[in-house]
Amino acid sequence: MSTFVETVAAKTKREVIDRAVIRFAGDSGDGMQVTGSQFTNTVALYGNDIATFPDYPAEIRAPAGTIPGVSGFQLHFSSNEVYTPGDAVDALIAMNPAALKVNLADLKANGILIVNSDSFQDTDLRKAQMESNPLEDHSLDKYRLFSVELERLTRLALEEVKIDAKAKDRCKNFFALGMCYWLYNRSMEPTVRWIEEKFHNKPLLVEANKLALRAGYSYCEATEAFQISYEIPPAHLSPGLYRSISGNQALALGFVAAAQKAGLTLFQGSYPITPASDILHELSHYKDFGVVTFQAEDEIAAITSAIGAAYAGALAITTTSGPGMALKTEAMGLAVAVEIPLVICDIQRGGPSTGLPTKTEQADLLQALFGRNSEAPIPVLAASTPADCFWTALEASRIAIKYMVPVVVLSDGYLANGAEPWRIPTVEEIPAIPVKFADNPAAFQPYKRDLNTLARPWAVPGTPGLEHRIGGIEKQDVTGNISYEPLNHEKMVRTRAAKVAAIVQDIPDVNVEGDPSGDLLVISWGSTAGSIAAAVKAQRARGSKIGHVHLRHLNPLPGNLGDVINRFRKVLVPELNLGQLLWVLRAKYLVDAEGLNKIQGRPFRQDELEDKFVEMLSNGEKVQ
Amino acid sequence: MSTATLPPPLTRKDFQTDQEVRWCPGCGDYAILAAVQSVFPELGIPREKFVIVSGIGCSSRFPYYMNTYGFHSIHGRAPAVATGIKAIRPDLEVWVATGDGDALSIGGNHTIHMLRRNVGVKVLLFNNRIYGLTKGQYSPTSEFNKKTKSTPFGSVDRPFNPVSLAIGSEATFVARSVDVFQAHLKEVLKAAAAHRGSAFIEILQNCNIFNDGAWTSLTEKDARTDHVLQLEHGKPLIFGKNRDKGIRRKPDGDIEVVTLGNGISASDLVVHDAHHPRPSYAFLLSHMEHRPGFPTPIGVLRAWDDLPRYEDVIHSQIDQVIAKRGAGDLDKLLHTGDTWEVK
Repeated sequence: MSTFVETVAAKTKREVIDRAVIRFAGDSGDGMQVTGSQFTNTVALYGNDIATFPDYPAEIRAPAGTIPGVSGFQLHFSSNEVYTPGDAVDALIAMNPAALKVNLADLKANGILIVNSDSFQDTDLRKAQMESNPLEDHSLDKYRLFSVELERLTRLALEEVKIDAKAKDRCKNFFALGMCYWLYNRSMEPTVRWIEEKFHNKPLLVEANKLALRAGYSYCEATEAFQISYEIPPAHLSPGLYRSISGNQALALGFVAAAQKAGLTLFQGSYPITPASDILHELSHYKDFGVVTFQAEDEIAAITSAIGAAYAGALAITTTSGPGMALKTEAMGLAVAVEIPLVICDIQRGGPSTGLPTKTEQADLLQALFGRNSEAPIPVLAASTPADCFWTALEASRIAIKYMVPVVVLSDGYLANGAEPWRIPTVEEIPAIPVKFADNPAAFQPYKRDLNTLARPWAVPGTPGLEHRIGGIEKQDVTGNISYEPLNHEKMVRTRAAKVAAIVQDIPDVNVEGDPSGDLLVISWGSTAGSIAAAVKAQRARGSKIGHVHLRHLNPLPGNLGDVINRFRKVLVPELNLGQLLWVLRAKYLVDAEGLNKIQGRPFRQDELEDKFVEMLSNGEKVQ
Repeated sequence: MSTATLPPPLTRKDFQTDQEVRWCPGCGDYAILAAVQSVFPELGIPREKFVIVSGIGCSSRFPYYMNTYGFHSIHGRAPAVATGIKAIRPDLEVWVATGDGDALSIGGNHTIHMLRRNVGVKVLLFNNRIYGLTKGQYSPTSEFNKKTKSTPFGSVDRPFNPVSLAIGSEATFVARSVDVFQAHLKEVLKAAAAHRGSAFIEILQNCNIFNDGAWTSLTEKDARTDHVLQLEHGKPLIFGKNRDKGIRRKPDGDIEVVTLGNGISASDLVVHDAHHPRPSYAFLLSHMEHRPGFPTPIGVLRAWDDLPRYEDVIHSQIDQVIAKRGAGDLDKLLHTGDTWEVK
């Protein structure tokens, strides 16, 4: 690799910088997700810290060239720690006018703008509802514009390859990718390997894509289009072996690991739904781990089959998004009543109803906490980063099995599809999950509880002498027989609630990042962790007394949270909803906390968080 | 093996629970419970291997009265719960107790999908053509223009024929029996127990409170012989008090009722073939009761057991992958894809 860097350096200036945010944007048929993933993989392998933000439309193919059809992939990579995919973009690759129009506002002044000039014909401009050609009307003068004939140059490079013109045009994204590799001094090797693997039985496509990639790279070298190239040295991550991982992948791996560590078969009941389907795709590959994936006829069968599987002794999970969890509601109540272990994953998306299927939101928290008939408490956990999904899956499985309860895991579209480097744990680092099946008929009663955990025994069909009946109808304490007796009902309701509440003793206290006490406490949960941590860090560097608590456990809440809240003058709860955790905290701790709420299908930007911190800190009134 | 190690054979008593049975006096469900409790001990299967799953409705209280594993789930979802159990434990004998509302209305989707997958579950559908537990609304099997609490001017829905629906879903075992035909019911239950794939049994059952006499046209003494066609594999389709009526194929492929004699003999009649791989013949049978002059068939309409069970396919696929790739290694899995080391 050093040889090409030297060659480059000989011709143009190379600047060492510590971070860059790059965004690939084009039509949903332009392969922007693949392009972005390839660039991500390459910089991750090189050792940069990364965070990605894929942003694509719900339509598989909206009309080509239109605004609704724009698909984007943003990557923030750095030699320092990366918390977010970045607010403002340093380099934007726009494959057509619509992509330019949608994304330009986020490009920094003097930022690099690479556009495919072949797609700026009158018809293209009309589809993007542009009145004049921005490549000609000087509206892009404040950017470093590189207008490149991506289609013509790609076709030229592939002149000898015997595929049709359409197939050649489909390689233009790799031409652009090659340019970006040159721009950021990155090796093409990982992508070349990927191309060879991906198209291994289509040699012409291997040739075409490799040629396009190399042509893009050579184009920069030969034309000296860019006067400058950038070098971002590897980040100082903690030592270990790393891979890049998305939230959905991490959840899938986490559940496989949990099943292995518990010595159980993993059963997944699921119905396809965006953005959760990738968990099903992922787990369906792991037959060698004995994983049973059941693509059910609907969301209800997805969870009830999982309940059946759990009853039969499996680690059972069901994976969905908000609308799907709504359909599972009644069955979640059944799982509460029959007290069996089950993990329900809700990969949240914009709502209500169908809402914004491919966009992110945090508005299912109250649904997870309360969305069932009657008193049906369920522990709720939320993952904070793509890699954290792995550990959240393990923690949820542990709680479900130990306490014989259904557990909800909240992720969201941003975590599901976003990727980050993950230090791969050794198998020994992953804690074992003890499982005890009932096997002694002498002492057996289906609802006789463990005195520490209040869990009832897990008595699996097929065990001689433990024949018993369970069900959603109210049961007599201990025996599990049908009981309509008023005091028994109250006892059972209170016991189920006490069992979940007592989990607080088994979860860690919260850590305050930043100041342990002071003017402002920021409380967050889920995928907003990164941008909030970055914003808190930045404001503290300016001398503000801010603490940050990020919650993984949302029910029960960590035991020391109330004390922590009392140590701060003001409390802010930023959420991608209208204030759901805020509502819970105000009710539980009687704290006059404030919310910062954004419901745009996009994550927080660091600057909008900092603006809010400043606003709250500058207003000197004591809130509590 | 010494006789001392053999467990004593199970009896009907072994399958009874200490729970008070709470169906209305005179309910047809008692007869079905009695039949199941007398058939199960004869199957030679250890009691702990039985799981009875139910949904919601009068019939769905069934598990509480059977001293086996039992799961009283939620309305309509028993087939999905049963599918999850079978997917994990193919060795268990899973039976679903359900009703016309539970299986065909709120749970219709799960019923048809379980049958088309051929999950090795036996479904006992108690069909009383009424909602009993909610006190008397019409059901998806109620006849057209039925006057009930929710349809004072008569229902305007057309009913499902449960066995037609099951055959349409390509269930591999479809049978029908009647609560009061105890001997027949037991034979059908045994045939279902012997079937490895999905078995669907519609049991015509009387609700003496909300829909009394729903099946008297079949169960009354004379009616039974005149209007009921008792199917037997390999035997011609003959019915009638004098056993002088039969079912004959027409040249166009349809069927007709003929009277024996006058040159028509049993050899001209359709011979019942329950084992036919394709469901079309069984479907034709299942529909004849809706035609004037035709009898209602009971017995095993279809029993074709050559289709692999869903749970077996799941596990043979797992076995094949393990044979090819070896058993999964968690460490390797975590390291899938490109990795890099930070020192």
